[in-house]
Amino acid sequence: MTLKEFWHRLGSPKWFYQMSGPWQRAFAILAVLLIVVGMAWGLAFAPPDYQQGNSFRIIYVHVPAAILAQSVYVALGAAGVLLLVWRMKMAQLVLENLVGFGAWMTALALFSGAVWGKPTWGTWWVFDGRTTSTLVLLFLYFGLYALRRAIPAREAAGRACALLAVVGVINIPVIKYSVEWWTTLHQGATFKLTEAPAMPASMWAPLLVNVLGAYCLFAANLIAKLRTAILRQEQGTAWVREWAGREARP
Amino acid sequence: MTGLACTRGGRRLFGGFDLTLGAGGCAEVHGANGSGKSTLLRIAAGLFSDYSGEVEAAPCHYLGHRNGVSALLSPLENLRPYERLGTGSAWEALARVGLQDEWENPSGQLSQGQQRRVGLARLLLGDKPLWLLDEPLTALDTDGRRLVRELVESHCGGGGVVLCATHQTLGCSATEVHLEP
Amino acid sequence: MFAVQFRRDWLSLRRAKDEAINPLVFLFLAATLFAIAFGGEPRRLAGLAPAIIWVLVLLANLLSLEALFRRDFEDGTLEQLLLLAEPPFAAVLGKVAVQWCMSGVAMTVLAPVVALLLNLPLAVLPALMLGLLLGTPALSLIGAVGAALTVGLRGGGVLLALLLLPLYLPVLVFGVSATLDTMAGVGAAAQFYWLAAISAMALTLAPFATTAALRISVEQS
Repeated sequence: MTLKEFWHRLGSPKWFYQMSGPWQRAFAILAVLLIVVGMAWGLAFAPPDYQQGNSFRIIYVHVPAAILAQSVYVALGAAGVLLLVWRMKMAQLVLENLVGFGAWMTALALFSGAVWGKPTWGTWWVFDGRTTSTLVLLFLYFGLYALRRAIPAREAAGRACALLAVVGVINIPVIKYSVEWWTTLHQGATFKLTEAPAMPASMWAPLLVNVLGAYCLFAANLIAKLRTAILRQEQGTAWVREWAGREARP
Repeated sequence: MTGLACTRGGRRLFGGFDLTLGAGGCAEVHGANGSGKSTLLRIAAGLFSDYSGEVEAAPCHYLGHRNGVSALLSPLENLRPYERLGTGSAWEALARVGLQDEWENPSGQLSQGQQRRVGLARLLLGDKPLWLLDEPLTALDTDGRRLVRELVESHCGGGGVVLCATHQTLGCSATEVHLEP
Repeated sequence: MFAVQFRRDWLSLRRAKDEAINPLVFLFLAATLFAIAFGGEPRRLAGLAPAIIWVLVLLANLLSLEALFRRDFEDGTLEQLLLLAEPPFAAVLGKVAVQWCMSGVAMTVLAPVVALLLNLPLAVLPALMLGLLLGTPALSLIGAVGAALTVGLRGGGVLLALLLLPLYLPVLVFGVSATLDTMAGVGAAAQFYWLAAISAMALTLAPFATTAALRISVEQS
């Protein structure tokens, strides 16, 4: 299969549906395994932090969520480019089905950060560089969601969101930099994760497992949603009818 | 255009549509409300891109449901930018559509039919071979309808091409096309 | 094409002055409200004035952006612009330039009055005005992308704010911190460079994004 063929196939919902079943299962199983192992390891077996005690263990939720929050937005931007430049049908589906997951991850990152902040910093919320740019990220997700809901025509909504996602991805570095500038300049005394002592392997290894688990969850979730969306979108076509007939028969 | 198909909002508008117009050709597109006449013209104009099939269109003037006439500017000011396309003068175009006495009032104060005429005057500027007219007769009086017919006839006579979506008939010799799903 | 569109929009602007002036009145009025609300403590107000002015400028800019493409969209001039302007982004830039004259430039000119209301020290005024002059092009240019995406939509105004305000954050941060640093007697050259850089980046990228967004919006009508 040449690269060009592969490219065309990637854009075809039918092909994606037919090949993605095993992948979805694989990612789902991996996600469950990794998250269960990572959580058990992190929550029960990793040593407590010498400063923060057991409260640091929320890192095993917080960091995967924060990483996913950003990765999902970058993925949206990439899908946006695919949709705007090559009109790839699959990219539209990705854009439609990924916003919710990303927004929830961002919310989870903010929430777990607040819960962690209370015992560590003594306050629920601090306007430091990371928290602020994560909050802005949440607003960017809201914007994408609101724009899609406001445009009645599905195709146009997809392309409008694609454009907005691309503009957002270009802007994120500038936003992050400006926020960091602001906080380092005007809040010299903020606490920073980077200033904490480097973690020993017994602490970061479970974190790594959890992050990988979160990525697998992301992949499994995305594939499952895409498969459902493909069936809905292509419900009139011959291959879906054929598929439905086959599934119905015992 | 060959094998043109378009689906909008999950509803199939038309499929397998073929049309070729040579120099001097004029086609009237007929079809029920919502059959996709306007969409067909917008596709030809390059204002709608969600279709399958091949479209090859010469540089065109498009006169849509909306006249493209800014209410705050006078008819003359509305037409001025199109003089830059090369041929024709805005004055003469206005005189041709019978608006020489209204050139300086803001277009918003003109009647619907007069605003339509400003839109028609735009066709005379810039020498574009293809005219895409979407219900050109709307809001026009008997005189105005005759004007449209004359404009179309002289354009086709000069080797131009006209594709027109309409419920009424223009009254000049034209191929009739029907849009069906 | 830029000049043609600029002249056209400038004429329209002059014939619908009230619409263009309303956002400026809003800026003025909201600043007055702040001044009255803080009535008892003018000294505290001075420290907050840069932040208040910049946030109000952001909001007033949103108000004037909402109308940027609406009229052209409704009367069909926008589709003609996309069909005939060669290249379309030059015409778009012309429209944005007129909007900037009526928002960014006008607000910079008005800034001394607003600053007076909010008790901002006179010595800081040049920094505030320079910041506004350098930062507002970015607001207009980025804002045009949002305005193009939401033109013709129900509830476009609130949606526009939701889309644009997060993207306005860098301009707000550098604008306010430039004024504050000048107030504290520290040089603020870096912030001015940043504002100029953001505007320059917006100038190179935003017109293309705006044109693409306009095409998407016109396709739905």
